[in-house]
Order: sequence, then structure tokens, then C-alpha cells
Amino acid sequence: MYLCLNNQFVLNVTGINNMTKFARTIQAFSVTTFLNHDIINILLMRYHFKFTFAAFFTVILFLSSCKSDRKLPIYGLRETKSVKNSDGSTGVDTVYQTIPAFKLLNQDSTYITNDHFKGKVYIADFFFTSCNSICPIMHRNMKTIFDEFKDNQNVMFLSHTIDFKYDTPSVLKKYAQKLGVDGPRWQFVHGSKDEIYTLAEKSYLVAVGQDSTDKQGFVHQGFLVLIDKDRRIRGAYDGTDAGQVAQLKKDIPLLLAEEKQ
Amino acid sequence: MRKFILLSLVSMVLLGMVYSCQTAEKVERDAYYVNGRDLYIRHCQNCHGEKGEGLGELVPPITDSVYMKTNRKALACIIKNGLSTPVTIHGKVYEGKMPDLNLANIDIAQLIVYITNGFGAQQGMYTQEQVGKDLENCK
Repeated sequence: MYLCLNNQFVLNVTGINNMTKFARTIQAFSVTTFLNHDIINILLMRYHFKFTFAAFFTVILFLSSCKSDRKLPIYGLRETKSVKNSDGSTGVDTVYQTIPAFKLLNQDSTYITNDHFKGKVYIADFFFTSCNSICPIMHRNMKTIFDEFKDNQNVMFLSHTIDFKYDTPSVLKKYAQKLGVDGPRWQFVHGSKDEIYTLAEKSYLVAVGQDSTDKQGFVHQGFLVLIDKDRRIRGAYDGTDAGQVAQLKKDIPLLLAEEKQ
Repeated sequence: MRKFILLSLVSMVLLGMVYSCQTAEKVERDAYYVNGRDLYIRHCQNCHGEKGEGLGELVPPITDSVYMKTNRKALACIIKNGLSTPVTIHGKVYEGKMPDLNLANIDIAQLIVYITNGFGAQQGMYTQEQVGKDLENCK
């Protein structure tokens, strides 16, 4: 009897409750002919497959729970530098590429700098208001992200115009209002050609350029670049591709969770 | 009895054939519609969206069947030459500029068949000849 109870305990732990019922019926009918030992043996044979399955399932559970530790990669150039540790020994530290300090006019004609995004993650892109090729698709998709993280003040947006002649702050303001996203969370910035194009190519790693053969005069890539609170690039997603935009929506919470730690 | 069964079978098959038969106009309209959809994806969808929903207040939706009906004769001109005057759709004013697409008449006709039948409105066929006529009266 003791053995059987012991057995029930084991079975309950593995989560197969109906086995206890089975054990009781077997015990009631055959308590005289079988020893408890035999009952356990029968059970083991009968439920051998279930045991394997339970074990397999547990392993899968463990493995899948490891997945939540996925971290976003850090992109861009990196270099090493030797540092002095607090205990006096020297070690090697990695220095990642970061977005340099910038000062640009936004849609309200006020200057914004990196401080605006301090301690927050933001999504940067390059566009121009009169563009009718990929920009509408990018901003249509960005707007869905904007709406999805409406209540989260730690997710911001930064759109740079590459049409430095036409897209003055007032034009950007009108554009933002019409897109329905005018507010501090989504900044539209204007700067000189040199400032913006250098930022794009050297820092955000997005190709932009003027092209006289193109009907609209500009060519650019449609990447949405995800920047963390340490100004590092953590992802670049094609803003015209629904699948990649969906991935970005999944990656933002990951990055936010990492920053909280 | 056997004759009757045979006869009714044959007549049913014939009836089915007649019923499934499409008129030449309908076949042509469907061809225009399908080609128009390809053209729409290539030339219009970026701004006007997959379902013709537009984009914020930047790009007007093209789901307003009343607008489509009252401006049916102007559609060809808008597609060919673009639009820089404000339009009112669903009671909202849109000021953005639409670029000129400068398509061939046949393409314009196919596009118009798609946008006047694909997004809620059911306005039927629009021929190439009609495009030529409408383009003469562009403002």
C-alpha cells in the first residue's frame, strides 16, 4: 500500500492524473493476486509511452522558455579599447558605433537634439514629402507602429527629410498633421544636405542621394532603423515589407525589456 | 421512360452550357478589370493603398462611389495629367498633388474599370474610345 501511494505521488508529479484512477481499480480487483510491486510494473509498461512523451514535452518546454532571452544584435562598426578595471587590472572593452550628436529643426521650427530621445528607443527613417514611390508605404507602416505603441512614451519616431530645399519645417508640419501623427513622439526634422546625408550614410547606414535621372530627384532606401537608449543601431527593417515591419513590432518590446533591466 | 431520362439529361446539360456562357462584353470587362488591378498595384497602390483607403489626410481614398459617379468623365484626365486642385472626398478636403501618370489610353481604360468596380462601386465597363473622348474635354 505504501508503495502504491508512493507511486501515485510520482504520477501526480508528472501530471498524468488518470493513472491514479487506473492504479486504484487494479488494486481493488487484484489486491490478493498481485503484489504492489507487480502493479507498478504493469503501470510502467502500460504507460511507458506516456512517460516518454511527458519527458519529451518537459524538455521542449524548457527549451522554448530559453527563447525569451533573445537579444537584438548591435550593428555598425566596432572597435576595442583597453580599459583599467576597478581592481587595477587592465581589460578589453568593445566600443560600438553610435549616432553622433545632432541638432536639427523639427516641424515646429525648434531645434531638437539627441536629448529628446534620451532613455528611449526610437525608429529613424529618411523620406521626403513629395515622394510617391516608397515613402507613402513606409509611413503607412510606421503609422501602424505609432498607433500600436500609442501609450508607450518610450517609443519615439524620427523622420529626416532628404529634400532639404522644399521640405521646410512648415511643409513638414503640414505633412505631420495630415498624416495624423503631429506631436512630440514623432519628430520630422529638416537640416542641410550635408548634415542629413552624412547622418544617413555614416550613422544610420541608409543610402540616400540626389539623382537627376529620377523623376522625383531623389533616391533613398526605405529602412526603418531601430535605435536603443545608448544610441546604438539594433535593427534595420525594410519599411515597405509587411513581414519585416511585423518583425519590428515584435522586436520593440524586446528592446524595451532589455533597457528596463 | 428511358427516352425521357436521356432527353432530360441532354436538355439539362445544354441548359447548363447556356447558363455558364458569358457574354463577350463580360469577358472583356473582366480582362480589363484584371489588367487594371496590375496597373493599380504598379502605379497607384503606393499612395492610395491596397484597398483604396488613401493615407491620412495626405492621399484621398478612392472608395467614394458618389465621387466616382459624378466625376466619371474626369477620371481619365486626372489619371493622365495628375491633379493639383483640392478635392473633397467623404466630406474631407485633400490638398495634396497627384502626379501625372501619362499612361496610354488602353491602360487608363483598364485602370478606370478596376477603380470603379473594385472598391465598392459597380459602374461596369469603360472603353478605350471613351477615354479618348473624355481626354478631349480635360480642363
